[in-house]
Amino acid sequence: MAKDMAVRDLIRSDLSALWDANKGLLAVIRKELADHLSGKRFVILALLVVVACLAALYVAGSTIRSSVGQDKLEFVFLRLFTTSGSSLPFSFISFVSFLGPLVGLTMGFDAINGERDRGTLSRILSQPIYRDALINGKFLAGVAVLSIMIFGLGFLVAGFGLLMIGVPPTVEEVFRILAYLALSVIYISFWLALAMLFSILFRETSTSALASIAAWLLFAIFVGLLAGMIANGIYPVTDSSNIQQALANTRLYQTLSRLSPTTLYDEATLTLLNPTVRTLGPVLAQQAWGAIKGPLSLGQSLLLIWPHLVGLVAATLICFAVAYIVFMRQEIRA
Amino acid sequence: MTTGTKYLVETVNLTKKYGDLTAVDNLNLEVEKGTIFGLLGPNGAGKTTTILMILGLTEPTSGKALVADHDATRNPLVVKSMVGYLPDNVGFYQELTGRENLYYTAALNGLDKDEAEKRITEALERVNLLEAADRRVGEYSRGMRQRLGIADVLLKDPQLIILDEPTLGIDPEGVRELLDLIKSLARDDNKTVLISSHLLHQVQDICDKVGIFVDGKLIASGTIDELAEQIFKGQPLRLEIKADPDEEALIELCKGINTVQDVKRQGDLLVLSCERDIRQELVKCLAEKGYNLLHLHLKGFTLDDIYRRYFQKE
Repeated sequence: MAKDMAVRDLIRSDLSALWDANKGLLAVIRKELADHLSGKRFVILALLVVVACLAALYVAGSTIRSSVGQDKLEFVFLRLFTTSGSSLPFSFISFVSFLGPLVGLTMGFDAINGERDRGTLSRILSQPIYRDALINGKFLAGVAVLSIMIFGLGFLVAGFGLLMIGVPPTVEEVFRILAYLALSVIYISFWLALAMLFSILFRETSTSALASIAAWLLFAIFVGLLAGMIANGIYPVTDSSNIQQALANTRLYQTLSRLSPTTLYDEATLTLLNPTVRTLGPVLAQQAWGAIKGPLSLGQSLLLIWPHLVGLVAATLICFAVAYIVFMRQEIRA
Repeated sequence: MTTGTKYLVETVNLTKKYGDLTAVDNLNLEVEKGTIFGLLGPNGAGKTTTILMILGLTEPTSGKALVADHDATRNPLVVKSMVGYLPDNVGFYQELTGRENLYYTAALNGLDKDEAEKRITEALERVNLLEAADRRVGEYSRGMRQRLGIADVLLKDPQLIILDEPTLGIDPEGVRELLDLIKSLARDDNKTVLISSHLLHQVQDICDKVGIFVDGKLIASGTIDELAEQIFKGQPLRLEIKADPDEEALIELCKGINTVQDVKRQGDLLVLSCERDIRQELVKCLAEKGYNLLHLHLKGFTLDDIYRRYFQKE
C-alpha cells in the first residue's frame, strides 16, 4: 500500500518534472520570439527582404501586363513570383533564394556563443531546465519567426499581385504557392541550423559570422562554379565529342551542384512554380517522343522534387543534430 | 531516499580531469545546512569547476556531488531547482530591463505570473534595486549587475546559494553591502551559502567555515580558528611595537627579554617573535628604561597569514 503510494508519488514527481522541463522550453521559445521580433537586426533584414521582393513583384507585374495577349495565359499568378524584367533582372524567387539564407544566418550565428559572451549561458543553464531546452527553444523560435516572415511575405506579394494583374489564382496555384512557401521555410531553416552549429563550434561571434558568410558564398556561388570545372575536367566536351560524353558531363555537373542546398532549393522552386517543368535532368529527343505537351499536376511536380525535399530536410536535421550533440557535450564555462 | 544528514552539500572523491590536467582531485567537501562556507583559493585552483559539478552542469570524471542527497549528475533538474547560482562575471540581457531579465528566470523556473511578480518585487527590494528595476541592464553599473544577480538567485527561493567570486570588481562600499546581504541570508533566511573567492580578507569575516583549495585539492578545511591552530601550532607569536626613542639599544633590550627569539625591523615598527604573550613584561621593561611605547599589537592570524603559510609550505 505504502509502496504503491510511493510509486505513484514517484511517477507524479517525474511527470511534474517533465512538465517543468517543458515549461522551460516554452519560456525559452517565448523569450527568443520576443527577442527576434523586437530586435533591430530582424527589422532591418525583414525590411530589406520586403523591399527587394516588392520591387521584384512590381517588375513582374508590369512585365506580365505588357505581355498580355502575346503569351499563353496559363498560370499567370505563379508567374508573378518567377518573372523578372529588364529593369530588374531578379524575380521574387531569386530574391528569396539569395537573401533567405542571410536571414537564417543572421538569426542564428550568435545563438550560443552570444549567450556565452554576455555571461548569460551559465546563469540560464543553472535554472531547472534541461540543457537541450535552450538549443531546441532557440531553433524552434527561429523557425517560427521564419515561417511568419516567409508566409507573411508570400501573402503580401500575392495580395499586391492580385491588385496589379486582377487575375485570381486557381486552387492549384494556391497550393503551389503554399508548397513553395513551406519549402522556403525549410530551406532557410537549414541556414539557421548551420549558423547555430557555427555559433556552438566557434567561441567568437565574429568567427561564426564569418564562417556563416563563407558557407553562404560557397553554397550559393562556388559550388556551381566548382561543379562545372570538375565536370569539364573529367568529361571535357568539345564540338566533336559524342552524346555520351556530353550527357556524362551534364550528369556529373548536376550531381555535384546538387550537393549545395541552394541548387536543391532552386530546382525545387522552379518545378513548383513552373508546372511546365517536366524533368530536371537532360532529356533526349527519343525520351520526349510521344509525350503529351502540357503542364504537370501538383502531385507530379511534387513527385519530381521529392528527393530535393528529402535532401533539404535531411541537411537541416543533420546540421541541427550535430549542433545539438556538440552543445550537449560542451563545457559550460567560457 | 534518505534524508536527515546534516550536510546539504557533500562531494565524494569528486574528480575532474581535462586531458592530462586534473582540475579537481579527489575532493571530499562537506557543507552543513545553514552555514556560510568559503571556498578559497587562487585563480585556476578548480573552484569554478567544483561548483559546476555541484550544479550538475559539468560531469565529473569520477566520484559524485550530492546536494541534499540528490546526485547532481543524475538528477540535475532537482538539484538546479534547489540551488541558486551566481556565476562569476554574471551577465544579463543588456537590451532588457532588470525586471524583464528576472521574469525570464522566473519563467524558466516555471513560476506562474502572479507568483513571479511577487517574488521579483521582493527580491529587488531585498537587494535595494527597486528604483532601477525598469531601466535597461545595459545602463547598470557592475555593482548593480551583481545585486541583480543576487536578486536573480533569490527569486527561485533556493536552499543553497552558490556565489562565484561575488566581490570581484566592486567598490569597497558595494562589497560591504553585498557581504552584509549574504550574511543576512544565512542568518535570517537560514540559507546555506557557498562562496568561492580568492579575495580572502573580504570573505573571512562572514564565513563560518572555509576550505582552502589549491591545484584541485582541498588542503585544509574548518573554521578559521581551527585552521590557525592547525598551522601555527608551535610557531612563535609575533608582537609589533613602536617606541620612542627608536634606536639600536631598543632592539638589544627587546632581545634580552625572556623568550624573545628574534627582533626584526619592519618599516618603523619592530616585530618580535616570542613563544608566549609577553606584553605585560615588555611594557614594564620599556617603561623602566624610559621608553615611551607608541604602538603595541599582538598579531593574530588572519586568513591571509594562514593562506600564505600554506603556500610557503608547498
